[in-house]
Amino acid sequence: MKNNVTVERKSEREVVVTRTFNAPARLVFEAWTRPELFKRWWVPKSMGMSLLSCEMDVRVGGKYRLEFAHGDSSSAFFGTYKEVTPHSRLVWTNEESEEGSVTTVTLEEKGGETLLVMSDLYPSKEALDAAGTGAADAMVETFAQLDELLVTTNIR
Amino acid sequence: MASPLSKKHSLYRALRLRLRAANRCVYILNHMVQYTRARLDASFAALSDVTRRGVLEQLGRADASITDLADRFQMTLTGMKKHVGVLEQAGLVTTEKVGRVRTCRLGLRRLEEEAAWIERYRQLWVARFDELDKLVEELRRKEKVDGRKNKE
Repeated sequence: MKNNVTVERKSEREVVVTRTFNAPARLVFEAWTRPELFKRWWVPKSMGMSLLSCEMDVRVGGKYRLEFAHGDSSSAFFGTYKEVTPHSRLVWTNEESEEGSVTTVTLEEKGGETLLVMSDLYPSKEALDAAGTGAADAMVETFAQLDELLVTTNIR
Repeated sequence: MASPLSKKHSLYRALRLRLRAANRCVYILNHMVQYTRARLDASFAALSDVTRRGVLEQLGRADASITDLADRFQMTLTGMKKHVGVLEQAGLVTTEKVGRVRTCRLGLRRLEEEAAWIERYRQLWVARFDELDKLVEELRRKEKVDGRKNKE
């Protein structure tokens, strides 16, 4: 049986994703906290990206840094772990943007299955809208291309 | 044959036209982004209330008057009018007054847009979690095998 992913905007600033795994919380937690395991699932092929590097210092105050390659360019995602409770709770910040979210992952084991709840809390609803809409991101790229066009056509 | 000077002029003219077209594009795109964001804000604010979500569910089954809705949700007419007003402003509901009765129905197109927003976000997580699932399954099997080995 395939387990369902639910996504809900809990409030203007928060998105919550849930999913159940047929495994003990211990193993799910490992997959989130050991870089060699994390690397194997965080970037599915359908994203059209690949992970160049992945460093994770999973302890309170520890940092993480992920570098992605997409096409000819790359981008980095980084932040700090705020809470680390083995097998049940992980909280980290997303510091690559000023309006980055705080991500909380909780794992709840019941009868050999684990319910995963992941919340992304943004500082403002604008930040959430901007982060969540692929269309808006595509617009930013389009703007960048237009900027280039404007520079190359500036004849003065 | 055109002189080098007039050739240069026509090139400038072409570039100026392109520049103007590009500027217009930026203007339109800017507008679209702002419009989309403002609309999403209104829609999600409208959806953040449990009564309003109930009203949408209800209207998904059948059109209803404000009086019907007020009865069903045990609210005053004024209270329900406010909720419907918020939904209407967000484009999630349309209303039409015939005689003395104001009938409400779903503004479906809008709902589909919100659903599409969520769906894009969901797809990323479906893909990620499918991979995570495979990995966790692998870890589980490995643990079983290791466990057996340890017992032997």
